[in-house]
Amino acid sequence: MDFSGLINDFGPLTVTGLAQGAIIALFALGYTLVYGVLRLINFAHSEVFLLGTYACLFVWGLFGLDQNSATPSVGPMLLYMVIGLIAAIVVSGATALTVEFVAYRPLRRRNAPPLAFLITAIGASLFISEVVGVTTHRNQTGVPPIIQARPLFTIGDTTVTNLQVLIILLALVMMFALDRFINGSRLGRGVRAVAQNPDSAALMGVNKSRVIALVFLLGGLMAGIAAVMYDLKIGVTRYDAGFLLGIDAFTAAVLGGIGNLRGALLGGLLLGVLQNYAAGLFGSQWLHAASFVLLVVILLFRPTGLLGESLGRSRA
Amino acid sequence: MSEKASFRTSGGVRGWFGRQPWYVRAVLILFFTVLAYLLPYAGDVPLIGPQIITEGIDWPSALFNMSYYVLLALGLNVVVGYAGLLDLGYVGFFAVGAYGTALLTSPDSVIYADTGWKWLMAVPAALVLTMLAGVILGWPTLRLRGDYLAIVTLGFAEIIRIVATSTTTLRGDRGFASIPHPPGSWNGEPIFGVTDAIPYFWLGLTVIILVILGVRNLDRSRVGRSWLAIREDEEAAEVMGVRTFKYKLWAFAIGAFIGGLGGVLFAGEQSFINSQTFVLQFSILVLAGVVMGGSGNMAGAILGGVLISYIPDRLRGLSFGDTDLYEYRFAIFGAAIILIMVLRPQGLIPSRRRAMELKDREKEVAPL
Repeated sequence: MDFSGLINDFGPLTVTGLAQGAIIALFALGYTLVYGVLRLINFAHSEVFLLGTYACLFVWGLFGLDQNSATPSVGPMLLYMVIGLIAAIVVSGATALTVEFVAYRPLRRRNAPPLAFLITAIGASLFISEVVGVTTHRNQTGVPPIIQARPLFTIGDTTVTNLQVLIILLALVMMFALDRFINGSRLGRGVRAVAQNPDSAALMGVNKSRVIALVFLLGGLMAGIAAVMYDLKIGVTRYDAGFLLGIDAFTAAVLGGIGNLRGALLGGLLLGVLQNYAAGLFGSQWLHAASFVLLVVILLFRPTGLLGESLGRSRA
Repeated sequence: MSEKASFRTSGGVRGWFGRQPWYVRAVLILFFTVLAYLLPYAGDVPLIGPQIITEGIDWPSALFNMSYYVLLALGLNVVVGYAGLLDLGYVGFFAVGAYGTALLTSPDSVIYADTGWKWLMAVPAALVLTMLAGVILGWPTLRLRGDYLAIVTLGFAEIIRIVATSTTTLRGDRGFASIPHPPGSWNGEPIFGVTDAIPYFWLGLTVIILVILGVRNLDRSRVGRSWLAIREDEEAAEVMGVRTFKYKLWAFAIGAFIGGLGGVLFAGEQSFINSQTFVLQFSILVLAGVVMGGSGNMAGAILGGVLISYIPDRLRGLSFGDTDLYEYRFAIFGAAIILIMVLRPQGLIPSRRRAMELKDREKEVAPL
């Protein structure tokens, strides 16, 4: 244990943790939305994210960018960012919908036991990540430096980069937009109604199948944004990138209260920071182990999470 | 109606088998057992033989691989198929068994000098260790809802892998070498050598038969009936006085024990293990096997275990484009899991009771 390391690097660890946590929070939204409505852990969500990380790389590749390119100037940079985000969002959203239609809908029609859903989800997850793994020969792929991380300002002796600010701000904006959508719009009301009681909602004229598809789509969109942020922050992606971050995102969702949108944000940021402290304390190889241990502890002592469960009940 | 009686009156191969007098059944069982022991010589059978045996890997070794996959599938079948608990970290127990053996017997181990144990002496110790791991994992987590349990067990396997990779005691990538082989000699030659995998297969097969007998007895006992009640409706079982937590813990410990047995055999044959051996996809592969074969049914689990091991080994050395087909094994099984769950959720050789449960749920579905 390295307490002096933790204390000396407290500021940088916190800031990196927040940026990491913002990505985790966006990712966690997909788990939380689907769980809130269907009571189902969408295991394949990690691969929705994975395909997003590759989609924006692919599009940037079409512009002739690779990891050795020079950093573009502001104009093209904005263009690349927008195009990359769109590509990731489209691919992630489409993947999420495909998984819903191919792997879950047939089971729901048959009223299959809950475990059956988990098993197909694992199948879908394994299939996608392994196809990516085989086609990339299990090597990691470098990301073109679209945004050069530059120090923006310093607090005390902690430097905050423009990239970190961008990631945190974007996550907050998306969270706010999603929160308004779920709580303020007509479609969002449908989502909350199905989350609260699917059968009554159906009787009141809510199209259940459409709400479920919408929820998968929304989760996919958020995962797409998280994927682009991840690419820019980490600088490489790999066929198993989704899996480990997926466990973190799920932990974050449970930590905040699964099914609770604001809980996902809180859980994500908190988990990002805690992981970084644990890495500072025990060494970075224990980063993911820390989130597993945290998950078990939460489930034992407060299984409903910090802010309480469920989209419908807690008026998320 | 008891399960046995339902077999006798039902059609199909199992119904026919159940109606035969005991001596016919005994002869048939004996015949197939002998046939299983003769499998290493399958290549000598004219015409069919050369098609069956693997090309990219020596056939007896492929058979040994099958035997520990079948063991793992049988163990996971107890947890998933009988008790209905989704355990995604089953490879963790396999790893604990293998590492337990390695720690006690390999000269690379830090405690080796104190013990100097042989393989056979390490077996019970490693198995106790694995069961203990099952209880330690199960004690806090089995009170959780089923879907949370899945994630926590996944985490358990990952923690085992991280610990194996990052601690100096477990040596990470460097691993443990010179784990002793099982004992015994024949005409002055050791039975369990380096080149010939046939004795290992026979050992694995014998262990499988013992496990089948043990699990079959358990399944027909009070424990088995409790598992069934828990699987069908845990709350109803609890209300009827089944001590659900206790029996779930039993299922976990027994599953862990069988998984550990697989690990011990694996360590004894390979005589080298490192942290790369126990990837997470492995647990999911075994789960795929159990689900494909038909969870809740031992014949199904055995078939599943054989398939998940035989198909990749058979694909070894064959290529598709410039990639070895073996590389696609996890992707193929991922797709197979989805297809089977969507088209034939009861598996290839279904447990009759499981199939009935699924049918029953279908009737309850509300029209959309």
